[in-house]
Amino acid sequence: MTEAPKPVAASAARPDQWPLWEVFVRSRQGLEHKHCGSVHATDAAMALRMARDVYTRRQEGVSLWVVPSTAITASVDEDADPFFDPAADKIYRHPTFYVLPDDVGHM
Amino acid sequence: MSVHLECLLRLADSALVHSQRLSEWCGHGPILEEDIALSNIALDTLGQARLLYQHAAQLEGAGRDEDALAYFRDEREFRNFTLLELPNGAGPRDDYAVTIARLFLQSALMLHAWDALRASSDAQLAAIAAKSLKETRYHVDHAGQWLVRLGDGTDESHARAQAALDRLWPYTHEAFEDDEIDREAARIGLAPLWSTLRPAWLATIDAVLSEATLRRPVDTPFRSGGKSGAHSEYLGYLLAEMQVIARAYPGARW
Repeated sequence: MTEAPKPVAASAARPDQWPLWEVFVRSRQGLEHKHCGSVHATDAAMALRMARDVYTRRQEGVSLWVVPSTAITASVDEDADPFFDPAADKIYRHPTFYVLPDDVGHM
Repeated sequence: MSVHLECLLRLADSALVHSQRLSEWCGHGPILEEDIALSNIALDTLGQARLLYQHAAQLEGAGRDEDALAYFRDEREFRNFTLLELPNGAGPRDDYAVTIARLFLQSALMLHAWDALRASSDAQLAAIAAKSLKETRYHVDHAGQWLVRLGDGTDESHARAQAALDRLWPYTHEAFEDDEIDREAARIGLAPLWSTLRPAWLATIDAVLSEATLRRPVDTPFRSGGKSGAHSEYLGYLLAEMQVIARAYPGARW
């Protein structure tokens, strides 16, 4: 039995660079925060300000999150087949086989 | 020149010259993110200068527009504080500590100046002040954060931040030294008396310096005279670079 590949942090820390932070922007009140890119910064306070300057200077957002990139565990390429292929032939998981009553209107 | 126009040009020229110095970092910032941040601040400041020049040009009513005021006036006609025309470094090399220290000192000043100018008898100036105050709050925050990092950082960064403050401090007095124009502007409700802003300014400075483990430099009798048109040797070079294209191709559009 082969050893399962270990989950890897999205970005391993590099000693010659400031840590990387993932940036999430909420474009309008009521919408969710969406990932939009990353910045280098020495700490969270700086990351938030860098994110403000790099990603919201054209009025893209009303709220920002920054998360250390190392906090993200990403799936690895070798896992792609077992992770994602099994979903390919299960179209019944899409809610397209139900008839919506007219009264529901737009959904 | 009327007191009103003189008052607007002091604000406008200070914003333009500071913006020009800040934008010298564009493409040369210490890291990409900070390069963009500083360029944003330069653009904020340029935007403030434009609004003030447009207002001044309209008030003057002599057929000059914002470009004429920015590009076709000579050194002696500029009314910016001398502090803002000093180079970005103390020697031949640009020094980020000097840039950040100046940005902090000036933004902290404008934080209180814009706040007071919101009550100006000139409604247009009051509106510009209200808009600029929001931008300036961020500039103070950004520069203050950096000053703390530099001051409370390594021995090298601390020494350079302190040297930057020591170098710039004598030039900060000019703003608070009321002259005839300042007094008349205050009398007609156009602007606050600048000397009255100093206690609040010092409080803003001291709070950050203490966190940054930096020392507030000692006050000295030296007074620069940029706001009356008596500038340092540096403004001529700055204007030459800033104005050369507009003067070589007058009326050019791009």
